[in-house]
Amino acid sequence: MSGTGDLLKKGSAPGSLPSKPPAPRSGSANPFRALTGNLRESGIYIAFVVVVLLFAFLTDGLSLSPGNITNIVLQYSYVLVLAIGMVIVIVAGHIDLSVGSVVALTGAVSAQLVIGSSQPWWVGVLAALAVGLAIGAWQGFWVAFVGIPAFIVTLAGMLLFRGLTYYVLDNVSLSPFPGEYNGIATGFIPALMGGYGYDAFTLFIGAVAVAGYAVSQVRNRIARVRYQQSVESMPLFVLKLIAVAAVVMAFAWQLANSRGMPIVLIILAVLILTYSLVMKSSVFGRQVYAIGGNLAAAQLSGVNVRRVNFWIFVNMGFLAAVAGVIFSSRSNGAQPGAGNSFELDAIAAAFIGGAAVTGGVGKVTGAMIGGLLVGVISNGMQLLGVDQSLQQVIKGLVLLLAVAFDVYNKRRAGVR
Amino acid sequence: MTDNILEMRSITKTFPGVKALSGVSLSVRRGEVHAICGENGAGKSTLMKVLSGVYPHGTYEGDIVFDGQVSRFSGISDSERAGIAIIHQELALVPYLSITENLFLGNEVRGRTGLIDWHRANGEASKLLQRVGLDENPTTPIGQLGVGKQQLVEIAKALSKDVRLLILDEPTAALNDNDSEHLLGLLRQLRSEGMTSIMISHKLNEIEAISDAVTIIRDGQTIETLDMRADTVTEDRIIRGMVGRDLDSRFPERESHPGEEVFRIEDWTVGHPSQDRHVVDGANLSVRAGEVIGIAGLMGAGRTELAMSVFGRSYGRYLSGQLYMHGKPIVARSVRQAIKHGIAYATEDRKKYGLNLIDDIKRNISAAALGKLATGGFVNAHEEIRVAEDSKRSMNIKAPTVMAVTGKLSGGNQQKVVLSKWIYSDPEVLILDEPTRGIDVGAKYEIYTIINRLVAAGKAVIVISSELPELLGICDRVYTLSAGRITGELPVAEATQERLMSLMTKDKTPARAGAHTPSTDDDQEHSA
Ligand SMILES: Nc1ncnc2c1ncn2[C@@H]1O[C@H](COP(=O)(O)OP(=O)(O)OP(=O)(O)O)[C@@H](O)[C@H]1O
Ligand SMILES: [Mg+2]
Repeated sequence: MSGTGDLLKKGSAPGSLPSKPPAPRSGSANPFRALTGNLRESGIYIAFVVVVLLFAFLTDGLSLSPGNITNIVLQYSYVLVLAIGMVIVIVAGHIDLSVGSVVALTGAVSAQLVIGSSQPWWVGVLAALAVGLAIGAWQGFWVAFVGIPAFIVTLAGMLLFRGLTYYVLDNVSLSPFPGEYNGIATGFIPALMGGYGYDAFTLFIGAVAVAGYAVSQVRNRIARVRYQQSVESMPLFVLKLIAVAAVVMAFAWQLANSRGMPIVLIILAVLILTYSLVMKSSVFGRQVYAIGGNLAAAQLSGVNVRRVNFWIFVNMGFLAAVAGVIFSSRSNGAQPGAGNSFELDAIAAAFIGGAAVTGGVGKVTGAMIGGLLVGVISNGMQLLGVDQSLQQVIKGLVLLLAVAFDVYNKRRAGVR
Repeated sequence: MTDNILEMRSITKTFPGVKALSGVSLSVRRGEVHAICGENGAGKSTLMKVLSGVYPHGTYEGDIVFDGQVSRFSGISDSERAGIAIIHQELALVPYLSITENLFLGNEVRGRTGLIDWHRANGEASKLLQRVGLDENPTTPIGQLGVGKQQLVEIAKALSKDVRLLILDEPTAALNDNDSEHLLGLLRQLRSEGMTSIMISHKLNEIEAISDAVTIIRDGQTIETLDMRADTVTEDRIIRGMVGRDLDSRFPERESHPGEEVFRIEDWTVGHPSQDRHVVDGANLSVRAGEVIGIAGLMGAGRTELAMSVFGRSYGRYLSGQLYMHGKPIVARSVRQAIKHGIAYATEDRKKYGLNLIDDIKRNISAAALGKLATGGFVNAHEEIRVAEDSKRSMNIKAPTVMAVTGKLSGGNQQKVVLSKWIYSDPEVLILDEPTRGIDVGAKYEIYTIINRLVAAGKAVIVISSELPELLGICDRVYTLSAGRITGELPVAEATQERLMSLMTKDKTPARAGAHTPSTDDDQEHSA
């Protein structure tokens, strides 16, 4: 009881850890207030932009070159997929330490079938997904129905599934995969629309994404007006749409000038959209937040806590298998040591993206930005030729600073 | 001037979007018990947090003069060193540690080696416990004591630090009459030893009984300070200061026209979750449409346990019994099923069991009936806001918007959010467990009005309350519960406090199995 931090804590009611700034999350007419009020949420975006610009400057624009952007997407896609599942696990107040091993095991099973037994590529994919779901159900059973803390269950899982990976692979690496399988993570959508030195189809997808975003924003705005909620002023709204459109199209343009639209990016986009929607407005998503926010209150409001916890882990197992397929495809084989410490990257992404250690707070989009932030930093350091050991140090510091920034923000907002 | 131990001068404290205090002044004379009254959200707790350094110097405007010195506390340890101790309503004790360990936490008694000298620590703990009149072994874990005793340990802890000003924020809100009486006695004794205390309370009878002066705060401003030693000051006088007008009666009028029976509990028996004894024993009760019934009982009588076990078996082990809704037997094995059958239970502990404090008002209101807002598993967020704004308006919830986080609302407004949640679930029978705990007179009146509106719409309401006048004021019939058994049922016209009391204490012999230690409501374990 000596640091001010402790003392401050004593003053607040136990269990009352309000962690969002009180300023309206609905848009405010004043753009400055909208920004500062939402600092907890927008802070990470600002940090992201700053880091991107920083590396663009340090690498003389190399980091924003078409080839490199494609590279980042391909290289970090599996961490992002894991982070989607992880942020859900963390919001519910759990943790999953086993995902790295699950990535390895699902990849190994797939490789054993496709490479070892010459099965078609899709048999390998389906088998990997089935194994992921089964693992999720196994861990979900122990967490939800037996009541063992997820930390322990997944720590055991980490060892268990790593061991099984060695067993399945008989301690040796398997490679290479046939072309179709390899194409999942390294392939591109063929130039369906042709192009003139660039891929028109990629631009088309970009345009569709922009249009979709604009339509959903406009519809949301109309609904908010109808339900008499505050909306941001018209100029600001238009400005926001234009900014997003510009960024998306610039991104698509760079991709189009490289190798076109990576298949992985499509998979990732579908997953992010689906899971954002699920977490934001499905009953299931709400129940996850309710459980993480106050378990007892959720229970007494009729939430079937066990069932929700069970499905959270089944889902995590599924996404780990997706990541396993992508990773094995990208590395064109399966190694016993694959996926080592991926769980840490996924957890870091979720926390950098604003998830709360105490549960109840966190967003899929936040985790994605968190994951990309780590990706951009690692990639930038590689481009700059920074030493491997220093890279680790910097990643560690980024995690610490991101969370410290978050805590500072909360305190500044008078929430403590 | 010299006999004032404390002067707080024009204190202003703003939170983002909320001005909690604007220019509040408070003078406390040395050696008095000074009460602070005001409606929920008036700023009482905030003022005390400013005084005790929870909100450090620089985060508020105004001056604090303690013992003739301008004080600028940068934290609790600062104010403690100066001789000010605050006891928050939510107790800050560590349940698994012993009384001694809690008493000297952060202030350990060390021997010459630098290690903790447990013998001396326990000895000093005993002395402190004696001083607050608590007859417990200092090695007992805190978790085994009831709230009343924990409260005393908190005071003993403050005494160990040599305080001259003791601040108690709603110390008796969760205590039963006996424990409250003991606590007030202790305050009197400390006063005779020269201690100054500041006490926040919504229980006006206690304030009248013990305080020497009372300062009334309304909407973040000091309204007046009344000298309680002049005997012209009555409860009604205090209420007038708090709400700014006379309150004609404490309970709104209601004409009672009970209809058909809605809900019945038959032969309901529940076992303690871990011990071999019955907490509820063969309880029978029924409630009709348009009727408010009350359940009276001492702490530990099993009122909350009865309600929670009926509500989807949220407490203890179900042993036997049957529920009927509109005359038909129903089974409610889970909270979900109970809600589906039209039962709602608003808990007595809104922070722990009622609200997701880090989430906003609208999502708390929809939490128990998300299905009503969802199509195909997805929630209509706009409709949800509309629903929440309706509740906010009809319940008069004071908050900037329905997007406000519930953890920052004052107690009364939090309670209204809990009620809104269950009203939105549209139950047939609504069980309210201590619905007005920690709530000011004005908000109480509003909650009674809400209850009346529900029964006027043909709902059945069951109220559990420790305040007998409240039960007599709002119910049609009152059941009494003692040691898990229903010991009486009286129409309110025939009920008096005395009659209820004698029924509540009747048959205190243990119910069938095992010895029944006179436990308090907070020993209960909410198994779930
Ligand atoms: N940390 C905070 N952030 C924002 N607003 C706050 C915070 N703490 C208190 N408030 C607001 O300040 C006002 C005063 O709150 P306070 O807790 O002091 O009321 P109170 O008089 O103690 O009420 P009660 O009788 O219900 O305990 C309320 O409007 C409350 O919502
Ligand atoms: Mg208060």
